[in-house]
Amino acid sequence: MIKVLYFAGLREALGTAAEEVSPPLDLLDVGALRAHLAARGGDWEKLLTTKNLRFAVNQDMARADTPVHDGDEVAFFPPVTGG
Amino acid sequence: MNDQQLLRYSRHILLDPIGIEGQERFLAARALVIGAGGLGSPAALYLAAAGVGTLALADGDTVDLTNLQRQILHTEASVGRPKAESGRDALQRLNPETRVEVIARRLEGADLEAEVAKADVVLDCCDNFATRHAVNRACVKLGKPLVSGAAVRFDGQISVFDTRQPGAPCYHCLFPEGEDVEEVRCATMGVFAPLTGIIGTLQAAEALKLLAGCGQTLGGRLLLLDALTMEWRTVRLQKDPGCPVCGSR
Ligand SMILES: [Zn+2]
Repeated sequence: MIKVLYFAGLREALGTAAEEVSPPLDLLDVGALRAHLAARGGDWEKLLTTKNLRFAVNQDMARADTPVHDGDEVAFFPPVTGG
Repeated sequence: MNDQQLLRYSRHILLDPIGIEGQERFLAARALVIGAGGLGSPAALYLAAAGVGTLALADGDTVDLTNLQRQILHTEASVGRPKAESGRDALQRLNPETRVEVIARRLEGADLEAEVAKADVVLDCCDNFATRHAVNRACVKLGKPLVSGAAVRFDGQISVFDTRQPGAPCYHCLFPEGEDVEEVRCATMGVFAPLTGIIGTLQAAEALKLLAGCGQTLGGRLLLLDALTMEWRTVRLQKDPGCPVCGSR
């Protein structure tokens, strides 16, 4: 299982802050995980369309080609402004 | 420090990582607080209470009634007044020893750079991405530590970008400019009042640590807060070697 966390506008749009995702066997990296989740359709497509969306794997800043393994924690977070 | 100051600041002086030396650094320091709103209010109040010698408080807006739910520098009597002036009055009431410079305009361009150049630490408490990027560029260029906070709805983010440290990322390394991020503005979005207090207070803490040179700052780490669950997450950041703002440094 992969623990997936959503922050800020994404958390609000998806209505969830965290979930456990059972990844398909061929899922290799963050980009593939994002596409897998976005394929749910509707608001989940925001994973692909949110500008400047950033990812972290096990609390390290990551890129779309960062590998993801069973047991990892993946966080998706957009920038926040507002003061 | 005179006897009155030794007494007034004794609870900081008693802390070994700060001590008399650290307190003297606060008294001699100049902090630039950009934005006198939800984040800038608690940040500036704590810096003034802690005895920071000079606070430059920059905000081009005036106080309106919807600000009062969270912007604790201002009162009903401040409605319609420039935030920087209203903020100065509150800070002077709290600590008459702190010199407050009112910058009642939006800082940009050479004006922004001149203010950043004079500061020992810069606190970004603003509400828009354009200013965040401009402040970041000025801080990288002039080698000033930047304490960057953001808060909207129930979501907070805070980090320190101190590009004086080798290998340290800047704000642009984290969130590159030019991807046309949709503005999520307090003007139209809700903001949970104490969230701005939490993040703004952390900004004051990081600024004081930078001034005293104690502890480990949030340099290279971004904290994400979900105030609905009150869960914090840390993300370790990396410098982007190709960053157009800090890449050549
Ligand atoms: Zn950079």
